[in-house]
Amino acid sequence: MSTTSTVKKEVPVDAPRAELESAVVRFAGDSGDGMQLTGGQFTLATALAGNDLATFPDFPAEIRAPAGTTFGVSSFQINFGSHGIKTSGDSFDLLVAMNPAALKVELKGLKQSGIILADTGSFSDRNLRKAGYDGNPLEDGSLDAYRVIALDISQLTLDSVKEHGLSNKEALRCKNLWTLGFIYWMFGRKRKATTDWLETKFAKRPELAAANVAALNAGHAVAETSEILDGFQGFAIPQATISPGQYRAVTGAEAMAWGLTAGCQLAELQMVFCSYPITPASSVLHTLSTMAALGVTTFQAEDEIAAACAAIGASYAGGMGITSSSGPGVALKGEALGLAISTELPLVVLNSQRAGPSTGMPTKTEQSDLYQSVYGRNADSPVCVLAARSPADCFDVGIEAVRIATKFMTPVIVLTDGYISNAAEPWLIPDVAEMRKFPVKFEAETEGFHPFKRDPKTLARSWAVPGVAGLEHRIGGIEKDYNSGHISYDPANHQKMTNVRFAKIKGIADDTPPQKVDNGPDIGKMAIVGWGSSYGPISRAVDNLLAEGLEVSHIHIRNIWPLPKNLGGLLSGFDKVVVPEMNNGQMLTVLRSEYLVDAQGINKVTGQPFTIAELEEGVRSQLGV
Amino acid sequence: MNVVAKPEALKPKDYASDQEVRWCPGCGDYAILRAVQKALADIGAKKEKTVFVSGIGCAARFPYYLSTYGFHTIHGRAPSIATGIKITNPELDVWIVSGDGDSLSIGGNHLLHLIRRNVDVQFLLFNNEIYGLTKGQYSPTSRAGTRSPSTPLGSVDKPISPVAFALGAGARFIARGIDSMQKKLPDVFARAHAHKGASFVEIYQNCIVYNDGVFSNFTEKDVVANRQIHLEHGKPIIFGAENQFGLRVADGKLALEVVSIGEDGITEDDIVVHDETDRIMAHMLAEMQGADRPVAIGVLYCDPMTSYEEGMQGLQARAKKQSMNHDLNELLRRGHTWTVEDA
Ligand code: SF4
Repeated sequence: MSTTSTVKKEVPVDAPRAELESAVVRFAGDSGDGMQLTGGQFTLATALAGNDLATFPDFPAEIRAPAGTTFGVSSFQINFGSHGIKTSGDSFDLLVAMNPAALKVELKGLKQSGIILADTGSFSDRNLRKAGYDGNPLEDGSLDAYRVIALDISQLTLDSVKEHGLSNKEALRCKNLWTLGFIYWMFGRKRKATTDWLETKFAKRPELAAANVAALNAGHAVAETSEILDGFQGFAIPQATISPGQYRAVTGAEAMAWGLTAGCQLAELQMVFCSYPITPASSVLHTLSTMAALGVTTFQAEDEIAAACAAIGASYAGGMGITSSSGPGVALKGEALGLAISTELPLVVLNSQRAGPSTGMPTKTEQSDLYQSVYGRNADSPVCVLAARSPADCFDVGIEAVRIATKFMTPVIVLTDGYISNAAEPWLIPDVAEMRKFPVKFEAETEGFHPFKRDPKTLARSWAVPGVAGLEHRIGGIEKDYNSGHISYDPANHQKMTNVRFAKIKGIADDTPPQKVDNGPDIGKMAIVGWGSSYGPISRAVDNLLAEGLEVSHIHIRNIWPLPKNLGGLLSGFDKVVVPEMNNGQMLTVLRSEYLVDAQGINKVTGQPFTIAELEEGVRSQLGV
Repeated sequence: MNVVAKPEALKPKDYASDQEVRWCPGCGDYAILRAVQKALADIGAKKEKTVFVSGIGCAARFPYYLSTYGFHTIHGRAPSIATGIKITNPELDVWIVSGDGDSLSIGGNHLLHLIRRNVDVQFLLFNNEIYGLTKGQYSPTSRAGTRSPSTPLGSVDKPISPVAFALGAGARFIARGIDSMQKKLPDVFARAHAHKGASFVEIYQNCIVYNDGVFSNFTEKDVVANRQIHLEHGKPIIFGAENQFGLRVADGKLALEVVSIGEDGITEDDIVVHDETDRIMAHMLAEMQGADRPVAIGVLYCDPMTSYEEGMQGLQARAKKQSMNHDLNELLRRGHTWTVEDA
């Protein structure tokens, strides 16, 4: 199914709405309340209204948590506005609480005097007790600091769908659409995309489509006609300045799956994606599994080790072997990575990082596998490491990983995390047909061939693929003779091979762009150096601090290893270097050891992304202002 | 570019690489290497299409001694690497060479899944019931009580039966051989090669240094005839120097017993006929173990079914017909999109 719409450049006519630069809405309810779906529809309507936006879904860790409990709350947050939306927002302006548990869990994130929209129909004594309330917060005055819209959404929904003959249970399930209609009015959103979508989704059950549309319209009508919040006329959020073109919302997992596929197409290689299910990395496997007709081969292995080994086998056979996991799984792949390093085969290892150690908090995010990626193997075993900074950036990083892996015949570790994988942002859809290809040339020359013959410039060994007569050869994890590729235990040869493997990886820095300053002056008081998914909050915090007149610069590193060639020089141009990370100071140690720079960390390991406010405060305290 | 002239027919020695073979003198691996080279010549294997994959251990050195493609990988993981090779290029003819520790200890999980998936490879398990390369520790196939550097008082754990393991994993081809069986071993390999799907071959291999003579109860010259059963499909299972023994299904049991033909009124008609496609028979033959019992050699079981690669190819063909996702650019534009116009 494809739907496309055009964002019209127009001034909203339904004034006098209160104009906001941006707003954050959090939809929260029980797992069964359809909050993710509601959030997805609101996202689309908001994109169509011409706002910039960023979203983040927050699922419960339990698969089927009991209804009405605090640990069964499923939430969806969207931040949208007229400029510079870089994160899903620190705290929210509007909380939609479909039950008491949702209110209980989410209230702490609501801004002072923020709005609560609550369904009184679900605030029964039983549900209140389940959520841990003694009384009813909607009635006991404990929410006086907020603006509360308390409506019996359950009953209003039942009334609105009465004539469609649904069972009580089915009718109640339209609650989320009723709520969505209400919120649509509050922000002046159009309903058309959602009604189109409902009609397609329930094409086989027209009565469900009709009921949901009726609920949506009813919610909208109630908001429009009833006196909510004393004279409140709704909000208006001006359109953002967005480059023209065709857009879609994309999650990091989707963008990564598509980017890796694009990379394989540009390299003219068969993509062989080998993985073992693990949170939060599985969604990449799921996306790719629907792409068999595009020539994508997916293989669900028996374990992490087998997944890595099958990917190595795929590359040995002339495909692009890719394996994917999260930190604990990548630990298991370590030995296989050593084999790919030793046999110098291309391999992409995708790590969607999560909070650890061990099982840790699988659904929560962290950036704590940087040491593991750069250093975490036996022996001197360098690899290339890249990190994506946002959902859409995953597409470009996926392509770059394949390019480097094949050009340099090396494993490339790609770091994303639970946050980027699940978060979504609008993406200007690129034209893959217009992208510059980097076709792989397999070895074809039998004269003077040996498997460790190298390209004098990149030091990449030749890639000879089984099936070619005259190139039969044996490779393995035992040290190879530099001149013949045969097994060698010669001491001087091992020194030489170690040096060559090191120099090859170091040389990647000659083939990748120099580090740029993302925002702020190139020389100055303070460089704030980030990497990976903290891009959004750092970027916005630096924006704000610059606007306040503070002299700070944002540097965001994609090439984690080897580091960009000019980075040391760049950092020496700043009086102070501050490194915010969602770990205990890993990039910090790398920078200190590489450049002997007296960098300081801002560190957070709560399983939650940085808020903009936290970063601003951290930077201020480092600046002593 | 030099064109490689295709020789009429390759000889066993043409499959040997230029590398010096470095097993201990007298090791059973030499004999298996010879048998594999002969089998490759017999089946007319194309060197460029043939890949030998191995893990770690004495046996895993095997690929270096062949002139085909070879990949000496990491301990226990050869099945996974071979699977990756086959799903990428099903045209390649892949052999896996492994030892008992490599395949049944550290790599047990991978072997299980290679067999279960029915990946079209030949899996050769050199069983010497010991860890050779690491200097003689007991292995998962060592008999209980084995004294070794790590079990000076004798091992406690019971051994695994490779053939029973393979059957349990759902193998569709199972054969057994002995390193010294120079005449018949190449034929066993050729049969394994002919079978499409995972072909599992256990080869009893003598480690002259750390476990010499462990199979002597059925390999010594004077006992060979009476202690080895050479199976032939469709023929009664008769053995012995004078063909005086046979197997029959024991009364009231699902087990095979050795009987003497001509004694107690037993005739050839009472002897069970070997049916390679009979899974229960294969189980009974696999269960036939112990110092006092004969050992079944040859093809125990062969009942082919769709290989993993065929299944995958079928799936991709189906996806190409049914799926909407044929073009990446199109896929990226599917679903909800919106267009921002020039201001
Ligand atoms: S240790 Fe045993 S198995 Fe290994 S090469 Fe020597 S004799 Fe053969």
